[in-house]
Amino acid sequence: MVNSRMSKEIVINVCMGTGGIAAGGRDVMDAFIEAFRERGVDGRVEKHCAVHQVGCRGFCARDVLVDVSLDGERTTYQYIQAAMVPRLVEEHVLGGQPVTEWTVGPEYHAFHDRQVKVVLADCGNIDPDRIEEYEGVGGYTALRRILSEMSPGEVIDVVRESGLRGRGGAGFPTGIKWKICADNESEVKYIICNADEGDPGAFMDRSVIEGNPHAVIEGLIIGAYAIGSAHGYVYIRAEYPLAVERLRRALDQARAKGYLGKGIHGSRFDFDIKVKLGAGAFVCGEETALIASIEGERGMPRSKPPFPVFKGLWGKPTVINNVETLANLPVIFRRGAAWYASVGSEKSKGTKVFALTGKIKNTGLIEVPMGISLKEIIYDIGGGIEKDRAFKAVQTGGPSGGCIPSQHIDLSVDYENLIRMGSMMGSGGMVVLDETDCMVNIAKFFLEFTQSESCGKCTPCRFGTRRLLEILTRITRGQGRPDDIERLERMARTIKDSSLCGLGMSAPNPVLSTIRYFRHEYEAHIHEHRCPAGVCRELITYTIDPERCKGCGKCRRHCPVEAIEGQPKAVHVIQQEKCIKCGSCFEVCPEKFSAVLRA
Amino acid sequence: MKQVTLTINGKSVKTSPRSTILIAARSAGFRIPTLCYHPRLASVGSCRVCVVEIQGRGNLAASCVTPVADGMVVRTDSERVVAARRLVVELLLAGGEHNCSLCAASGDCELQNLAYELGIEKLDFPVEAPGYPRDTSNAMIERDLNKCVLCGRCVRACNEVQVNEVIDIGYRGARAKIVTAFDRNYGDSDCVFCGECVSVCPTGALREKAARFKGRPWEFQKTRTTCVYCGTGCQLDVNVRDGRVVKVTSDFRHGPPNYGSLCAKGRFAYDFIHHPDRLTTPLIKEDDEFREATWDEAMDLVVLGLSAIRNQEGPDAIGVLASARCTNEENYLLQKFTRACLGTNNIDHCARL
Repeated sequence: MVNSRMSKEIVINVCMGTGGIAAGGRDVMDAFIEAFRERGVDGRVEKHCAVHQVGCRGFCARDVLVDVSLDGERTTYQYIQAAMVPRLVEEHVLGGQPVTEWTVGPEYHAFHDRQVKVVLADCGNIDPDRIEEYEGVGGYTALRRILSEMSPGEVIDVVRESGLRGRGGAGFPTGIKWKICADNESEVKYIICNADEGDPGAFMDRSVIEGNPHAVIEGLIIGAYAIGSAHGYVYIRAEYPLAVERLRRALDQARAKGYLGKGIHGSRFDFDIKVKLGAGAFVCGEETALIASIEGERGMPRSKPPFPVFKGLWGKPTVINNVETLANLPVIFRRGAAWYASVGSEKSKGTKVFALTGKIKNTGLIEVPMGISLKEIIYDIGGGIEKDRAFKAVQTGGPSGGCIPSQHIDLSVDYENLIRMGSMMGSGGMVVLDETDCMVNIAKFFLEFTQSESCGKCTPCRFGTRRLLEILTRITRGQGRPDDIERLERMARTIKDSSLCGLGMSAPNPVLSTIRYFRHEYEAHIHEHRCPAGVCRELITYTIDPERCKGCGKCRRHCPVEAIEGQPKAVHVIQQEKCIKCGSCFEVCPEKFSAVLRA
Repeated sequence: MKQVTLTINGKSVKTSPRSTILIAARSAGFRIPTLCYHPRLASVGSCRVCVVEIQGRGNLAASCVTPVADGMVVRTDSERVVAARRLVVELLLAGGEHNCSLCAASGDCELQNLAYELGIEKLDFPVEAPGYPRDTSNAMIERDLNKCVLCGRCVRACNEVQVNEVIDIGYRGARAKIVTAFDRNYGDSDCVFCGECVSVCPTGALREKAARFKGRPWEFQKTRTTCVYCGTGCQLDVNVRDGRVVKVTSDFRHGPPNYGSLCAKGRFAYDFIHHPDRLTTPLIKEDDEFREATWDEAMDLVVLGLSAIRNQEGPDAIGVLASARCTNEENYLLQKFTRACLGTNNIDHCARL
C-alpha cells in the first residue's frame, strides 16, 4: 500500500446529489475538511489534497458514497456518516490502509458493471460547480468544433444519423424535430430545455443537472445553433433547488468563458439561456402547457396542431427537448453519430437513464443501453427482488405508463416494445413490484396522482380520471360492481381517445395495463371480495389460529386499538369489530408460532 | 387563397385553408354539437363535445380548433365520436349540480340541450357536486359555480372581448373552477359588471340576479332596440313578460356597433323603466308647484320663453347644452337648431365639461 504521506495527490469525492445531501453528505464533507485541519496533514499533502462535492453516483441506496483516491488509486466507501470520517482519515488517508469493512461490496460493482454510461459518465466524477472539470473531460470541445467547422444543416444531419430520440417520453426523433423547426422561416426562434420532471419517483433529469449541468447547457447551445435560435430557456421545477443553483452557476461560468452571449467563440452565433422556474404543476411537463407557463399564463395545454416547431413560445417556432436528450448531444458529437447508433436496439439508439425503485435490492439511478432486457436490469443491476420474493411486474413510464408482468421479463426495453406491451418509456421511472403488491391498488395510486394533477381544462381528463379513481376505490373496498371492469375499460379508452393533451391521453394507461395482465386480481376483488396480495385493507381479515397461538401476548401489546384479548399463556382472539387492519399483530407474531393469519 | 378539399361524412367539401373542421362541416350542412365554442371568442377545444374522427389520426380531434387540410377525411357522427360526446356530457352532468327544474337557465341551457340531443337519460356515475357557496355578493350577477361546466367562455369574454381580465381558471383537477383574483366573490373583485360573462355562459352558472323568478326563457318577448344611455347606439333586446321589462340582453348577431356586448348600465340599469318616480308626462311649474301638462302645452311654453329671451336680450343670451345620452343624429339636430333657429353659437356638450 502506498503510504499517503508520500502521496502526491489525495482526492476525496463526496456524493452531493440531493440523495447524498439528504443522507448527510454535507456533514461528511465538512468532517473531512475538519479532520484534515485537525490531523495536521502536512503542507505538502495539503496543497495537493482536494475534497470534492460531486453529483449523483446512481447508487442512492448506499449513500453517502465517498471515494478516497491516493495517487489515482480509488477506493469507494458506502453508507458513510460524518462520525466515520476520522477513522477513514486516520487509517486510510494517513495510514494507507483502506477500511475494508466500509468499502463497497460486489453488489456495487454488479450495479455499475452492466451499465453503459453516456449521459451519466461524468456525473459523480466531476465537480459540477467547476466548468474547468467539465472541460477537462472533453466538455465544450464538441461545441467549439461545431461552431468552427459545421453548418447548422450538418449538425442536424449528425443528430439524425445518430438516431437520437426524445428522452422525455414520446421518443420523437430529435434530428427531425430540429429539421422541421430549422426549415421554418422566422427571425425569432426558441429552444427550451424541459426540466420539469414530475413523475412520482423519477429523478433522472434532476441528477443529470445536479451532476453535470454543463452537458445540458452544451447540448442546448448545439440545438440552438442547429435551428437558428438566439434565445433559450431551461424550464425547471422550483422543487429542485440544488439543480437550479448548480445550473445558474454553470450558466454564469459558461457566459464568462464565452460559450454563451454574443459571437460565441469567435463565430457569428449569438445565444443565451434564461432559467424559468416551474411552480410544481405536473402538467407543465406537457410542452404546450410549459410554453403557456413561460408566457406567464396558467400552465394549461393548448391544442395541437399547430405544433410548437411551427408556433410555439410567443407564437414563434420552438424546439423543446428534454434534459437527458440534450445531455446526449455533446457525446454524440465527440464520439460520432456512428458510434452512438451502434449502441442500443434497431429503432432505439443509445442509452436510457432509469430511476430504478420499488421492491428491488439495489435502488438508484441507472443508465443502460436501449434493448437491454428487463431481466438484466432487475436481476443483474438491481440485484433481484427485495427479500427474494417473487417478481410480479415492473411499472414503467410513471403515471402515463403501465405494468409489464413477470412473464415478459425477457422483453428488450425500447420505445416500441414498451408501447406494444401497453406501457411506455416515459421519462424513465421504473418501479419493480413483487407478490405483495396489489395491482388494483397500483392503478389507484397513479390515478390519484393524475386526477389531482389534471389541469382541469378538458372534460375527459378533469372528470374522467376522477370517475376512474372512484371506481377503482370502490373495487379496493370490496364494493365493486360486476360490470366495473368493462366500465373501466370503456371509459379508459374514451378518455384516451378524447382528451386534449398527453396527460389525459395517457392517464388511463395504468388502469388498462393492469386489467390487461392482472384481470384476475380485479375479478378477485369484485367477485370474491378478496385482495390476493393482501394489500387492500377493507378486504383483509386478521385472525389468530388457536392451534398455533401460545399466548405470548406480543400481538396484544402491539395492537394500537386494543382489539386483541387474551390471558398470558392462553389463546388470543382478535375482535373484528375493533380491528383496523393495520397488520401489526401479523408483523410481530414470532415466526416460530406464525399464529396470526391474513386472509 | 387556394381552397382545400376535404371529405366530411363522405361528402367532398371545399373550404378556405384557414378554416377549422367545425366551420367547414357546418357550412356543408353537418351538425356538430359544441359547448366551449363561441363564435365571438377564441376557440380552445377544452370541452371535447365537438370531437370528430380524422382518418389516420390516433385520437379524436376537437373540430373547433383543428385546422382543415387538403385530402383530410373526417367523420362527425361515427359510433366512436358519439360515445366520446356522450361520456363528456355524462361526466359534466355528474360533476356538478345540474337539476333543471331548479335552474333559471332551464330552456336556455346548452348543457340541457346536449344531454337531450345525445339521448342521455340516466348517468352511469354518482353525482359529485362540488358544493360551492352561491355568490350573491352583488345586485347584478348571481354566480353558482356548482352549475359551471368550466367551458371558460366567461374567462375569454372577460379577457378577450372586454379586456377586463377579472377572472381565470384556478385550482386543478376536478376542483378547478373559475376564480377572480385571490378567489374572492364578484362583489369584492375588480369586476365592472358589464355582464359579458353572463351573456356567454351556456348554463345557469352566471345569471342576471334581478331577473330571477321573473319569467322563464320561453316566456319572454324580445324587442330589439337601441340603448338610451349614451350615443354609441348599442343594440339590445328588452326581454318583456306581462308588459314589464324583466331583463336586457343582446346578441352578437345584431352586429355593429356592439356585437352583443353591453356595459353595466345598458345591461343592468333598466329599473328606471318601471320606476314610480319616472316622469311620463311633461310638468309645468306654476306658483312653485308642478302640474302635469300635455306635450303641446309644454312645447308652446318653451317656444314662447326662448323667443322672448331672444327678442329682448339677443340670441347670445341663450346657451344650449347637449347630452351624451343622445345619439349623434340628435346632437347634430340640436346644434343645427341652435345655430339656425336660435341664431347663436352657444352650444356645447356635457361630455366636454
